Amino acid sequence: MLPDLAPDQLVDQLRTMLRIRRFEEALIKLAGDHDVGHFHVYIGQEATGVPALARLEDGDVVYTTHRNHGHLIARGVDPAGMLAEILGKATGINRGKGGTLHLASAAHGFPTTSSSVGGSLPIAVGSAFAFKELGRDRVSVAIFGDGALEEGAWHEAANIAAMRGVPVIFLCENNSLEALGQKANEYPSSTLAAVELTDLVAPFGIPFEVLDGTDPAAVDGAMARAIERARTGGGPSFLETRTVRWPGNRPLWPQLLTGETDVSMAWDPTRIPDEHRAWHERQDGVLRYIADLVEAGRATPDTVRAIDDAARSEMVAAITFALESPYPDPREALDHVFA
Amino acid sequence: MTELRYIDAIRSALDEALTADPTVCLLGEDISMGGPFGATKGLADVHGESRVRNTPISEATIMGLAIGAAMAGRRPVLEIMFMDFMTLAMDQLVNHAAKLRYMSGGQNHVPLTVRVQGGAAGGMGAHHSQSLEAWFTHVPGLTVVAPSNAADAKGLLTAAIRSDDPVIFLEHRGLYWAKGDVPDGDHLVPIGRAAIARPGRDATVVAWSRMVGTALAAADLLAAEGIEVEVVDARSLLPLDLETLVASVARTGRLVVASEAVMTGGFGAEIAASVGAAAAARLRAPIERVGAPFVPVPAGSDLEILFIPSAERIVEAVRRTLADSPGVATPGDPATEP
Repeated sequence: MLPDLAPDQLVDQLRTMLRIRRFEEALIKLAGDHDVGHFHVYIGQEATGVPALARLEDGDVVYTTHRNHGHLIARGVDPAGMLAEILGKATGINRGKGGTLHLASAAHGFPTTSSSVGGSLPIAVGSAFAFKELGRDRVSVAIFGDGALEEGAWHEAANIAAMRGVPVIFLCENNSLEALGQKANEYPSSTLAAVELTDLVAPFGIPFEVLDGTDPAAVDGAMARAIERARTGGGPSFLETRTVRWPGNRPLWPQLLTGETDVSMAWDPTRIPDEHRAWHERQDGVLRYIADLVEAGRATPDTVRAIDDAARSEMVAAITFALESPYPDPREALDHVFA
Repeated sequence: MTELRYIDAIRSALDEALTADPTVCLLGEDISMGGPFGATKGLADVHGESRVRNTPISEATIMGLAIGAAMAGRRPVLEIMFMDFMTLAMDQLVNHAAKLRYMSGGQNHVPLTVRVQGGAAGGMGAHHSQSLEAWFTHVPGLTVVAPSNAADAKGLLTAAIRSDDPVIFLEHRGLYWAKGDVPDGDHLVPIGRAAIARPGRDATVVAWSRMVGTALAAADLLAAEGIEVEVVDARSLLPLDLETLVASVARTGRLVVASEAVMTGGFGAEIAASVGAAAAARLRAPIERVGAPFVPVPAGSDLEILFIPSAERIVEAVRRTLADSPGVATPGDPATEP
């Protein structure tokens, strides 16, 4: 399904999804040759993050989590500066002090990335609280994984958000879904007694929706409703977006087990190999989105290839920029502790 | 000058900050009713409950709430009811508030004040009496102040609220009803400066919070014997005014560090090490520490008295610094002159 958006917006969202995909693939390859350290990739969730964040406006803030690269690119942060940051370079968006786990870009509405699981929840509620108190028509978004619901901070944050009716959107990216209708405690990366994640939302009276995270139309529609609710004084919302974990994310360190994405699989099923067939055929939201665009006549295979080539070229240049950038002056390690 | 109780000086600083700056707001459990001891009593009536806001009993999240509000344009003053409950909020405080400026390469700032009272007073036991300042002084990015009197309580709290970085403002429950003269008008005590609470030539006692008064009592006892103790009120633990501390020890040649916290791993050890390194050539005796025994705070009042370091224990420590130095044990000895 395609979101109800103008044709150029639909193609723009494809461009952003492919830029995220190529960014992450480039990063995984880079890590094969350089000491990049640990990082988390967003492959498989592009069709969630891109439409979800596209409807935000300047001044809205997003507090994200360790699987954050896609979120920043979706709101326009420069991939070259992000890669430089991940490598700890002076040209990094946080001057080499944040790294992948703490990417921040205030200008793009990313005050911080918290990599303490659930850590973004209280702060996101706090900014929403301030927006309401100061009478600002702004929205605060907390993005987190299913595991964050195991933290006590979730229950405290949800309680305060509901009580105060603050304009916060809880976007829970449940990327550990292997099959719908799981029993309690059977999520691959979560350990929860609840059968449904939203069982932990309902008691607070916060409106929630459960969505297919590879369906941009569903995400776009739910996010539009949540933003409208927030901006009109209706208080918080909770969205659970379900995606299957990308096979390359199953090892402890990400690996390109499904190869570099071949966009032509979207319109030529004969190119799909037997290995990881389910992923390529049904579970990869980017390939699904391309297939829908092509089928609906919103993009031709040539258009998709051109966008993809541009995304790959951009990431080649970004990697070069990051590798060639200097490391910070060692004295910079002592800056920015206090005002 | 107006004579105020320590707790009233705190309320006065909050009241004036709320009046002066519309972005200042107070958050905390039960604070619109005044809090457990009345530090915020009446402020909701004057400034409204939207600026003196009760929160749920959710320390982890109200710390985060204050951080998020600070990042979105407010200047919150969060009350955590007891220092012991800061343990519940440490992820947000230590991993977030303290590091948000640094991790973002200077893009963020968190103008947050955390007011919290602690100390052993009133037999409140092991969950309502601790002095945990060393937990906070170990974290880059936090500022930690601990006033010992009403004037400093007002002046340091005003400075804390105006700071663009997170400040932990440590109140001592046992000082709440102690009266002191507070300057009228806009009274600001700069963070990072110690105060000489009593000048003296023979030994330096560094203390903070309630232990300053105990050190002054010890100085009185020793003065009766002709021993003149200089009492330095550190006031600001982070940043620490090492210059004032070292200058005092350079004059006296002897140092006793007195804190109410248990000694092991405490901030007294940090002061002893820092001053000891900087003033090694001037020290005439090993540095002495006075602190609580390494046990949880007992609830029973008799036991609590034994827990809290006494003036007598400071006197004994000062005597040890004098006794250990050959030829300087007697008052008025020329060797003790600067």
